[in-house]
Amino acid sequence: MKAPIISSWFGRGAVATPPDIESAALRSDRFRLEREGEWRRLEDILARMERGGLKRIADDDLVALPALYRTAASSLSVARETSLDAATLAYLEALVQRAWFQVYGPRQGFVRWLRGFLMGGWSRAVRALWLDICIALFVMVAGTVVGWLLVARDEAWYYRLFPAGGGDARVPGATREQLLESLSHDEGAYGLAGFAAQLFSNNSGVCILAFALGFAFGIPSLLLLVHNMALLGALLWLFNGQGLTVELAAWLSVHGTTELFGILLSGAAGLHIGRAMAFPGKLPVLESAAAAGRRSAVVMVGVVIMMIVAALLEAFPRQLVEDTGSRFIIGGTMLIIWLSYFILYRPAAPLGDAGSPEAG
Amino acid sequence: MSARKTTSGPLRDDKRARTLVTPEGLTLPIKLASRSARAGALMIDVMILVFSIIAVELLLLWLAAGVLDGTALDPGNLNQSAAEFLGIVLALFVFVAWYGYFLVQELGPRGATLGKRIVGIRIAARGARRLTPEAVIARNLLRDIEIFYPLVTLVVLLSMAGREDDIGVLGWVVTGWFALFLLFPFFNRDGLRAGDIIAGTWVVERPRAKLAAVLSAQGAAAAAGASEVTGVRYDFGEAELSIYGEKELQTLERMLRDAQPDALAAVHAAICRKIGWNPGAGDERAFLEAFYAQLRAKLEGDMRFGKRKADKFS
Repeated sequence: MKAPIISSWFGRGAVATPPDIESAALRSDRFRLEREGEWRRLEDILARMERGGLKRIADDDLVALPALYRTAASSLSVARETSLDAATLAYLEALVQRAWFQVYGPRQGFVRWLRGFLMGGWSRAVRALWLDICIALFVMVAGTVVGWLLVARDEAWYYRLFPAGGGDARVPGATREQLLESLSHDEGAYGLAGFAAQLFSNNSGVCILAFALGFAFGIPSLLLLVHNMALLGALLWLFNGQGLTVELAAWLSVHGTTELFGILLSGAAGLHIGRAMAFPGKLPVLESAAAAGRRSAVVMVGVVIMMIVAALLEAFPRQLVEDTGSRFIIGGTMLIIWLSYFILYRPAAPLGDAGSPEAG
Repeated sequence: MSARKTTSGPLRDDKRARTLVTPEGLTLPIKLASRSARAGALMIDVMILVFSIIAVELLLLWLAAGVLDGTALDPGNLNQSAAEFLGIVLALFVFVAWYGYFLVQELGPRGATLGKRIVGIRIAARGARRLTPEAVIARNLLRDIEIFYPLVTLVVLLSMAGREDDIGVLGWVVTGWFALFLLFPFFNRDGLRAGDIIAGTWVVERPRAKLAAVLSAQGAAAAAGASEVTGVRYDFGEAELSIYGEKELQTLERMLRDAQPDALAAVHAAICRKIGWNPGAGDERAFLEAFYAQLRAKLEGDMRFGKRKADKFS
């Protein structure tokens, strides 16, 4: 076992002066004493980088880092051939490994990554998943149809899909007025912001679940999509019975174009991983899963952003705007914005950009 | 990835050792984190998160009490938007804390959350690839279905069962799900959890080593060194130095760096017996230092001519 790490939090900075080179009896120890200064400088730079990022490092230290890393690496390969000092070898191995983590570590912090993500990384990742999006879209449409057909054949299915029941006006046999009432807005703006925050954590939770379940070859993701869309199908059937389809569609479209798009993307992201694991092609399964996972993780960050937008739309405009036409305009505008962002917005990928789906 | 052959140092040939080939073509030994260390790190992280969420909740409750006080304790004229604002702050704080805590810290230069730092591990990309933000995001999103969703579902189901609702086989299904992901690291060689597979990462021990003192520059091992007690210089002949190999040399090095005097006395006696000297007493350290320096000089000299002696049997 190594020494407990707590000690390293306190015993910093006490560096003994190295003994003078002539006193060393062995050639390998003289080799070490000659280079020790550079190793210690590298160690010091690394410690500062690990503690506080790049801002605290002087420019010339940062410039020297790759050179110091290569010096330490070549010292290590020389020492392996000439020295039998186990302590020095272990030190050098640890030092080179630490330096490797920094020199070849994540190139960008979270903020820079986020900027690259919004400026093209996101839409590139979405386009890379086009096949999965098509499949997920098909499944969602099928789920809606299934929900409709189930409820149309047997009304008991409606209660099975919406078990809450009590107090909700939206049940089979409700009058047209009751249904219309449920589509109108609430009393005022009170409580809507809190409602939005709640909707957001709830919806993004569902999306992350749809994504993460892709791990089981994507099948649970698709089932989740079918289930969610069956609810929509049942609701459509209910309102259609009273000739309110257009009103319901308008009511849903305000946030639904964003939210359903987000659910579509997360289902597709889950499916993408599942497909990569079931049919890895020429790559080993682990490699294939990892590549797909990184691509779809980018999409998922975007889905969380879409869920924020959807929750805001659901809480404010949908509850405050009552007119069917205006509701359609808001929903349609959002859909056009998303579609053009994903399909038409194609900035050139920066060279070696870690945000691009092909990198890594 | 194949386990590296033993070339130097102890504990190299255990199951958690892997190699990393840097772009310079240098092989570096790395050691995977043990599963218990990872479980410990996760527990520390979850505890930090839960306690800070509770702290923020208490703070908000205290603020809400203040808001209620302002209304002369009549909930009727409670300032709606103030209470609502507190609710939003809480919901957003929980979300940001839950996902941001792992994400921001693992993307940092240490590649580890506070819990991982305390137990001395970090994440790294499998193979010699660069760790990317996408990988960190993917591995953290998966953590939810691995641990937290099934746990929350189980707690909900248990409370339902407590109220004598019928939960059927669902409890067992969720338990099975939980167990499957919890035991996932035991079903593969690299101890990967599901998130690691998706992200292409693994968790390794953080390299930590202090540069030790130069042995051959101190005491009787130095170039003109002699025993401090007797003033004698120990000199060993060719025959005496050709008994031991590299393994024994490095064991001796470890002893000289951190062993107690009585342990050194035992080693001293063993070496004297082996090389046929008459063991004295009281000057063991000087003897061992001199023996170490001369043995290493000989072995390193042979090494330069491509002749290596792994241990005393070869």
